[in-house]
Amino acid sequence: MAKATFSIRRGGRETAEMVNYQTEISEGMVVLDAVHQIQAESAPDLACRWNCKAGKCGSCSAEINGMPKLMCMTRLDTIPLDQPVTIEPIRAFPPVKDLIADVSWNYEVKKRIKKFKPREPDAEDGTWRMLQEDVDRVQEFRKCIECFLCQDVCHVLRDHDKHEEFIGPRFLVYAAALEMHPLDTEDRTGDLKDMHGIGYCNITKCCTKVCPEHITITDNAIIPLKERVVDEYYDPLKKLVNLFRKRKQER
Amino acid sequence: MYHQFKQLANLDITTTPMDVGPTTHYVMGGIRVNADTQESTVPGLFAAGECAAGINGANRLGGNSLSDLIVFGKRAGEHAAIFAKENGHGTLDNAAIEQTAKAALEPFDRDGGENPYTIQHDLQEMMQANVGIVRQHDEMVEALNGLDALKSRAARTFVPGNIDFNPGWHTALDLHNLLIVSEAIARAAIERKESRGGHFRDDFPGKDPEFAKFNYSLKKSADGGMEISKIPIPEMPDYLKEVIDEMG
Repeated sequence: MAKATFSIRRGGRETAEMVNYQTEISEGMVVLDAVHQIQAESAPDLACRWNCKAGKCGSCSAEINGMPKLMCMTRLDTIPLDQPVTIEPIRAFPPVKDLIADVSWNYEVKKRIKKFKPREPDAEDGTWRMLQEDVDRVQEFRKCIECFLCQDVCHVLRDHDKHEEFIGPRFLVYAAALEMHPLDTEDRTGDLKDMHGIGYCNITKCCTKVCPEHITITDNAIIPLKERVVDEYYDPLKKLVNLFRKRKQER
Repeated sequence: MYHQFKQLANLDITTTPMDVGPTTHYVMGGIRVNADTQESTVPGLFAAGECAAGINGANRLGGNSLSDLIVFGKRAGEHAAIFAKENGHGTLDNAAIEQTAKAALEPFDRDGGENPYTIQHDLQEMMQANVGIVRQHDEMVEALNGLDALKSRAARTFVPGNIDFNPGWHTALDLHNLLIVSEAIARAAIERKESRGGHFRDDFPGKDPEFAKFNYSLKKSADGGMEISKIPIPEMPDYLKEVIDEMG
């Protein structure tokens, strides 16, 4: 079969260049297969992170022709091969080597989110009862494989570099899974507003678009959380009542 | 799985037949360990999970690997902690460390050496063909010869770049271990003249109860080769027999 050209980022933390490699293409190949072939044939020191080859470990995230994707789930017959296919590491995080980015910031962010705090067991057998409907609501969020493609595509992190102030779509999904859990008693609304910077999200839905697990990130996780924040801190009626109360007290 | 077939092959497996084939998915044998402590025959070295020989017998069933590593990983950790407390630090042989470090870096300096990926690929092909799913004596002996040739090639690898995240270098280092495991598998499979679990022999298609009485164990011999011995399987304790009887 035909050969195709791949233009791959080579380099370390500071400097890098795009290098072209040619390799034979066969039926059913995905981008990760091509990268492995290139490793074996012409670039044994080409670094890339991968593990399951089945779209479930979230390791092989990269930007293929500029689009954040999992290399193992991107079929070559879905991209034009008459021109070089560019493969770069995810750009929202510092590059380490070749296709590897340092995503450790994400693990630090996760630690800052208040943990699951279930209510006391209230069923006779010492466990809990939940409505199926309530369970179903958070089930979607648990599909996340932490590939961080949503973090990569989010302009708040990618272009505005707000890593200090904004936790990104992945962790808004994580917070939503906890907040909407039928047993959870913790309140994360204040954190979401202040420490987690939910207000930075202007719902462009890019995260939803790139999610390989098809989680409806913006509509089902972020917007409901924004509504909770608004309810608690920006409700005009509540504000008016509070203002009124405050004046009463001052009198 | 449904989702993967859909995405990677445009195949709806609920309506269309899919190709199914056997493949290598697990190594049932492994580092010989004490069943209670997970300590290997090297004092202070503990092993658990797929790298350790243990609970799976002649075939591992789906799901058992995870419970294996959780249960025996916990035991290994606990007993390693006890060992460390009781024995403190060992003494290090600096000359041996230097020698190992030097050998590990040699592939970078070997001009004209072979690409380690090519050797790994050839090893895979050779083992798949000769010690694969259906085995027989002559092919496995052939494999031992093949391994000799691959060993000398593995000693002459070359990799570009440096030690920073270099998969070619990792492959060069892995080859040493892959060759040891391949040889142990081939030697044990030649001796086991029966078929049992994942080990199927064309020339001995039946199960032989005699072979259920011992395990094969391989270790480094005095001349640097590999020697094989039979280790009797201890009789099952009564409490385990009871469990098995109960389960029918």
